[in-house]
Amino acid sequence: MKSWLTTTDHKRIGLLYFWTAFGFFLVGGLEALVIRAQLAKPDGIGVSAELYNQMFTMHGTTMVFLALMPLSAAFFNYIIPLQIGARDVAFPRLNAFSYWVFLLGGLFMNASFLAGPLFGADRLSVAPDGGWFGYANLTERQFSPGPNIDFWLLSLQILGIASLAAGFNFIVTILNMRAPGMKMLRLPPFSWMTLVTQFLVITAFPVITVALVLLMFDRFFGTHFFIPAGGGDPILWQHLFWLFGHPEVYILILPAMGIVSEVLPTFSRKPLFGYTVVVYSGVLIGFMGWGVWSHHMFSVGLGPIADSVFSATTMLIAVPTGVKIFNWIATLWGGQIRFTTAMLFAVGFIAMFIIGGLSGVSHAAPPADLQQTDTYYVVAHIHYVLFGGTMLGLFAGMYYWWPKMTGRQLSETLGKWHFWLTLIGMNLAFFPMHLSGLLGMPRRIYTYGAELGVTQLNVISTAGAFLIGLAMLVFLWNIVRTRRVGTPAGNDPWGGATLEWAIPSPPPVYNFTVIPHVESRVPLWPTERHGPTAPLPPTPPAPIHVPGGSWWPLFTAFGLPLMAIGALSHQVWLVLVGVAVVIVGIYRWAYEPFEV
Amino acid sequence: MSHAHPTSMGVDSRKMAFWAFIGSECLLFGSLISTYLIYKGKSLVGPYPHEILNIPFTSFSTFDLLMSSLAMVLALAAIQRGDMKQGKIWLFVTAFLGLVFLGGQVWEFSHFAHQGLGLTTNMFGSTFYVLTGTHGAHVTVGVIWLLTLWVQALRGKLGPGQALTVEIAGLYWHFVDVVWIVIFTVVYLIQ
Amino acid sequence: MPRLKWLWLLLTALSLGCGGFFPQSTLAPKSDFSAAIDALFTDIFWWAVVVFVIVEGLLLFAIVRYRARPGRPAPKPVHGHTALEIGWTLAPALILVFIAVPTMRTIFATAGHAPEGALRVEVIGHQWWWEYRYPALGITAVNELHLPVGIPVQLVMTSADVIHSFWVPALGGKRDLTQGRTTRIAFRADSAGEYWGQCAEFCGASHANMRLRVFVEPVTAFDAWVARQRAVPAAPARGSLAERGRQVYARSACIGCHTIAGVSRGTIGPDLTHLGSRATIAGALFPNTAEYLRRWIADAPSLKPGALMPPQGMSDDDLTALVAYLQSLR
Repeated sequence: MKSWLTTTDHKRIGLLYFWTAFGFFLVGGLEALVIRAQLAKPDGIGVSAELYNQMFTMHGTTMVFLALMPLSAAFFNYIIPLQIGARDVAFPRLNAFSYWVFLLGGLFMNASFLAGPLFGADRLSVAPDGGWFGYANLTERQFSPGPNIDFWLLSLQILGIASLAAGFNFIVTILNMRAPGMKMLRLPPFSWMTLVTQFLVITAFPVITVALVLLMFDRFFGTHFFIPAGGGDPILWQHLFWLFGHPEVYILILPAMGIVSEVLPTFSRKPLFGYTVVVYSGVLIGFMGWGVWSHHMFSVGLGPIADSVFSATTMLIAVPTGVKIFNWIATLWGGQIRFTTAMLFAVGFIAMFIIGGLSGVSHAAPPADLQQTDTYYVVAHIHYVLFGGTMLGLFAGMYYWWPKMTGRQLSETLGKWHFWLTLIGMNLAFFPMHLSGLLGMPRRIYTYGAELGVTQLNVISTAGAFLIGLAMLVFLWNIVRTRRVGTPAGNDPWGGATLEWAIPSPPPVYNFTVIPHVESRVPLWPTERHGPTAPLPPTPPAPIHVPGGSWWPLFTAFGLPLMAIGALSHQVWLVLVGVAVVIVGIYRWAYEPFEV
Repeated sequence: MSHAHPTSMGVDSRKMAFWAFIGSECLLFGSLISTYLIYKGKSLVGPYPHEILNIPFTSFSTFDLLMSSLAMVLALAAIQRGDMKQGKIWLFVTAFLGLVFLGGQVWEFSHFAHQGLGLTTNMFGSTFYVLTGTHGAHVTVGVIWLLTLWVQALRGKLGPGQALTVEIAGLYWHFVDVVWIVIFTVVYLIQ
Repeated sequence: MPRLKWLWLLLTALSLGCGGFFPQSTLAPKSDFSAAIDALFTDIFWWAVVVFVIVEGLLLFAIVRYRARPGRPAPKPVHGHTALEIGWTLAPALILVFIAVPTMRTIFATAGHAPEGALRVEVIGHQWWWEYRYPALGITAVNELHLPVGIPVQLVMTSADVIHSFWVPALGGKRDLTQGRTTRIAFRADSAGEYWGQCAEFCGASHANMRLRVFVEPVTAFDAWVARQRAVPAAPARGSLAERGRQVYARSACIGCHTIAGVSRGTIGPDLTHLGSRATIAGALFPNTAEYLRRWIADAPSLKPGALMPPQGMSDDDLTALVAYLQSLR
C-alpha cells in the first residue's frame, strides 16, 4: 500500500492511471446509458430535466477529461520510457504528482453527485449541468445559482494542473531521455504523437485556465467578464473555450493515431509506410488545430468573412488527416496481416475514423453546419471520431500492450467478441444519429415529441448503446479471467519492432539491464543495413540505482482539492490551509534527497 | 542536487522543462492580455484608464523591475564563477527590488480603490486587476524563490554546483520581467 | 435535382410506424435559404460517398487480400513512396477545392441580409419562449411566428437572458441569440405551411421545451391575421364565465408578469392579448386546449421544468373562469 502511495515508478503510475481512468470511463458509460434510456421513448422514461442535464454534462466532461485523456496518459506513462529506452520519465515525482492531482480532481468533480445536502439543495445530486462546454452566460451565477457549475470549474482547474505537469514532463522525457542512437526520426510513431499531444496540452490548457478564472471571478467576486449588462460578452467565453477546445480534440485523437501506427506495422510485418510523412502530418495537424476554433461557432453569426476563413482552414486540416489514412492503408498493403484483437481494433479505428472525418467535412461548410450544429448529426460525428476513433485506438493499445503491462495476454476469443460487439454496437448507436439530426432532433434535449418522427431511430441508438455496454462487460470478464488464466506473455508475444518488446513482461523496475544502442526505426527487426538489436543481458551487469518513493507528490496534490473545497464553501481559511499544504509540499519535495 | 545525466539534446532536463513552462505561461498571459484588449473601452461607468493610470509612477516600477533583472544577471554570473559573497549580495538585491515592485503595486491598487476603481466597478477594473494581479502573483512567487535561494546561500548550501538552480530561477525572473514590459506597454503606454 | 431521394425513402420506411411526418426535417427545404443549404449539403454528401467508397474499399481490399497465409514470403519492408505521398496529398486537396468553392458562394448568399422592403421581425429569446415583434406592423406574437409566403423576411434577433438559437429547419439554418448582440437571418418562404422549430442552443432546464411554430400563409391570410392581432379582443359579455375570468385575472398575480391590452402591462412573461388565437401554449409544447391551459396555470413547473410561473393556488371555479377568459382572447 505505502509503496503504491509513494511510488515514482512510471510503470506503476501508468497502471494507476489506467485503472482510475477506466473506472471513470465506466462511470461515463453509465451516464450515457441513462441518457440513452431516457431517449428511447418520446417524452422520456421519467428522468427529470435537471438530472438529464447533469448526465450529459458529466458524460461529456468525464469522457474527455477523466477517461480518454488519462487512458492515453496511462500508455504515455507505461510505454513511452520503454519505447525510447529510458529508465523512467524525466521527473518521476512530478509524474506521481500529476496522477494524484488527476485522481483527486476527478473524485472532487464526481463528489458533486452526493454533495447536495451540504449545500442545502433539495436533492442529493448537484452535479455540473451546464454542458461540457459550459457556455457563459448560462453558467453565470444569475442563471446557475447552485454549486453545480462551481464543482465543474474548480475541478477542471485542478485537472488542468495535472495535465500541464504531465505535459512538461513528457516533452522533456521524449526530447531528452532517448537511448543513444535514437534520433528524433527514429522515434516510434506513438512517442512522436505523444510529443505533439503534450505540446498541445501545454499551450491549450493555459487558455482554458484563463477562461475558467474569468468565470470564477464572475461567479465568486461579481465581475462581469461574460455578462452583457456589465459590459462583458458571453461570446468571449466561446472563443476562449474553443481556442482550447479544438486543440483538445487533437489531444484526444493523436495518441490513438500513434497507437494505430504501432499496431498496424507489427501485425502486417511491415514498417510503417511513409514514416516521416505520418510524423510530419501529425505535427501539421497539431499546428493547424490552432487555426480552426471558430468552426464550433458558425451559428454565432461572426460574419461571412470569418466563417469563410475558418471554413477554409478546417477543410485544409482534412488533408494531413487523409494522408495519414492513406499511409496506414499502404502499411497494410502487401503485408502479412494477422487479425489479432489489437489489429481488429486498429483497422476498426481507420474504418470508423473515415466516417467521422467525412461527416466532419460536411460541417466544415458553414451553411451546412447551420443545419447540423447542435443536432444529433454532430453527436454522431463526435462519437465516430472519439469513440470510433480514440476509443477503438485505445482498445487496440490495451490488447497490444496488456501483455507488456501485466505479463499475461488477454484472451483473443473474448477479445474478438469484445471487438465485434463494440463495432456493431457503436454503429447501431451512432449511425442513426446522423439521420435523427438531419430530421431535426437537437442535442441536449431530455425529451422530444413523438411527432418529430425520430422515435425508431432513437430506439436503435439506445439498443446500440446497451450493446456497447455488453461489450464492456465482455472486456471486464476478459480482464478478470486473464488475471487468473492468461497466457504468460514472454518478452515479445507479437513480434514487435520497438524497444519495449526487448525486455521482460512486466519489465523489471529498472526497465533495461543495459540501455540499448538504437540503429534504426525498427530496432528489433532486421533492416537492409542493420541486424536486429542484440538481446539484452538477462541481469544487469552493474547494480542499477532505482530512486525510492516520495510522499511529497501526494501531500502536495492534497492541497489543491482543499483549496477547491474552501472556495466552494466560501471558507477562506480552508483555501489558505490548501495553499499552505502546497507550499510545505513543494519545499519538502525540493529539499528531499531524491537521486534520479 | 542531482548529478547531470547524459541528455539527448545536450540541455539539462530541468532547464528544458522550464522553457516549456515559460512557453505555456506565454499562452496564459497572452490570453489575459487579449482579454484586456478585447474589453478595452467597454467600461459602462468610470473611472476610465486615462483618469487614473499614473504613468510616471509606473515607469519607476518598471525601471525598478528592469534593474532587478540586471541584478539577477550579476547574481548568476557571480555564483557561476564561485564568488558567493557577490552572489549573495546580488540575489538579495534582486529579491529586494522585486519587493519594491510589489510594494508599488500594493500602493497602486489601494490608491485606485480609493479613487473608486474596484474589481467589479467596470470592465477596466476587472481586466486590469486580474491581469496585473496575476502578474503580481508571479512576482511574489519569484521573490519567495529568490529569498529561498538567498537563505540557502547564507547557510552555505548554495554554491557554484547549484548554478543551474539559480539560472532557472533567473529564467523565471527575466520572463516575469519581460511580461511586465508587455503589460506596461499595453495597459499604460497605449491608452 | 439530385436530392437525397433514396435517403428519404429509407427514412419514410423507417418511420411508417410514426406516420412518416417529419415536421422538423432539414431535408425538405421550403425557402431560398434552406434550399441553398440543401443544395450545398447534397453536393458534399455525394463527394463524401465517393471518398467513402474508395477509401473503405481500399482498406477492405487490403485486409482481405493481404491476410497472413502459411507459405507466403515475408513482406518486403517498403518504407514509403514519394510519388504516392504527393498523389494522396493532392487528391483530397483537389476534392476540397470542389467543396470549398460552392461553400464560399453559399456563405455569402446566406449571410442574413434581406433585400429592401423585406418584412422585418425582431426575435427575442427568453428562458424558455420566443417573442416576435413586427415593428412596421405594430404587433407582437409569441412562440408562433406568422409569415407571408413569397415575401423576403429579415429576422433580427437577440436574447433577454442566456444564449438561445432560432432554428426552423424547413426555412433555414440556425442562428444564435445572444444578450447584448443582434444577429440576423434572411429568407423567403416558398410554400405555405406549418413548420416546426425549436431552440438549438442549450439554455437551461427546459431547453428541450423551447419549441416554436412558423405559419407561412398566403398574403391575404397573413394580412387577415395581422388585422386580428392589431385589434383589441372584444371584452367578454356581461355575466359570462369569461367576464368572471377577467376579474380573476385582474386580481391575481397574473398581471404582474403578463400583458393583455387594456387590462395589464406586465413584461416578464409572454403577451396574452391574443392567446386564444394561438394553436399552442407553453412554448409550443401543448395544444391550446382548455385542459392544458388549466393544468398549465395550476402548475406550470411540473409541465415545463424551471418555468418561472409559480403554481397558482386558485379555486377550481376561478381556474375554469380564467381559462374561459383566456380562450376568449382571439
